[in-house]
Amino acid sequence: MEMYDAVILGAGIVGAACAYECAALGLRVAVVEPGVPANGASSAGMGHLVVMDDSPAQLALTHYSRDLWREMQNTLPAGVEFEECGTLWVAADDEEMQEVFAKRKAYAQRGIETEVLDEQALRQAEPNLREGLVGALCVPNDAVIYPPAAAGHFLALAQQMGAKLLYGKRAVEVGKGKVVLEDSTQLTAGFIVIATGTDVSLCPWVIVNRRKGHLAITDRYPGVLRHQLVELGYLKSAHSLAEDSVAFNLQPRKTGQVLIGSSRQYGDLSNQAEPEMLRRMLERAVEYMPMLAGLSVIRVWTGFRAATPDKLPLIGPTADSSVLLAMGFEGLGITNAVGAARLVLHHITKAEIALDPQPFLPSRVGAPEALYV
Amino acid sequence: MSELNGSGGTVTVQVNGERVTLPRGSMLIAALLKTGAPCRISVTGEPRTALCGMGICFECRAIVDGVPQQRTCQIVCKEGMTVETQL
Repeated sequence: MEMYDAVILGAGIVGAACAYECAALGLRVAVVEPGVPANGASSAGMGHLVVMDDSPAQLALTHYSRDLWREMQNTLPAGVEFEECGTLWVAADDEEMQEVFAKRKAYAQRGIETEVLDEQALRQAEPNLREGLVGALCVPNDAVIYPPAAAGHFLALAQQMGAKLLYGKRAVEVGKGKVVLEDSTQLTAGFIVIATGTDVSLCPWVIVNRRKGHLAITDRYPGVLRHQLVELGYLKSAHSLAEDSVAFNLQPRKTGQVLIGSSRQYGDLSNQAEPEMLRRMLERAVEYMPMLAGLSVIRVWTGFRAATPDKLPLIGPTADSSVLLAMGFEGLGITNAVGAARLVLHHITKAEIALDPQPFLPSRVGAPEALYV
Repeated sequence: MSELNGSGGTVTVQVNGERVTLPRGSMLIAALLKTGAPCRISVTGEPRTALCGMGICFECRAIVDGVPQQRTCQIVCKEGMTVETQL
């Protein structure tokens, strides 16, 4: 039986970040991944490193995590494509402009730098946006990355520090310091971290809904936009739990490509791109930036966010103290992966952390009946 | 089909500002190849030109009459057309 200090289940960006943190501490680490690393939401999402204020806990975690990314930016390989392009939260009317000021206040209370742009300043910042928008909140230190490359980077570092990567096998049972793989291989572990995204087969007491999204990417058109652009109406549409929705969300890639989002759907578990959702999403984008209509989209795809009922991730120990969760990040898994890894480390080693772990504890969703081996 | 089968005469286009005269009915890629100008510069800085010549590989994209990402192997030269290497 192979023995490890920490066995990480899932080699998405969250599992990869956890593996890196644990290996860096000198722990004996194994990563179990049935498929290809970063083959779920990590390769489907936009890779926006963004501070979000939809709840105080989310604001704390995204702020902490985004700043960890900024601290490590000079150590990231070029393929990670880290770029501090900033976010512009675009206000289309006076009501949304009030949201700009409210958001600025919430961010200022945490010491997060922002700048309010009026109509003219917004046009100067992004000349291709349509006329008549009211303004925007600029969050200059938000950034973008290419997440699969970041996951690969963390896994490579972990491996260099001795972590073992066990690919091609699924874990079928976990509990009491033991992991059983589908070929009956048994691993013993001081700690087991379940970082399997939307797959809750190893922790079926947890509710994680698959929330479908579409994205489209254009050919290379350098200079079309400079910042990640998100409509403030997004805050209204994205938080609707019931309806399918689209929102204007554009991202400049280092290659000159434009990544176009976004859509949100519950209840559709097919990974097929749907012409109707794509049409709505692209029309929304063209409403904000009419010149997009003349660009070529070269690829569209879908992915699934791992959404929890209270919109916060599950990070920390379960009733079986050897089993920890790091899942349910919805649309913020790329940003929060690095903060989540620090939280996992805190729970394993009791290391100090400048973040309240309480709001993310899995115990908030009720007493789990863990799958004991 | 007279435009495509070269029923005589010539056509003049501009490649990166340089006038190039070809048989009427020529594809735009022919003008780029005649001057030696690359169609585009790849994301890693390499010069690129047509590979398949039949609209599949997208290597021959260039800026045609101001519109980027146009496949020059699929466009018949018209008098006065401009084509620029896409950076």
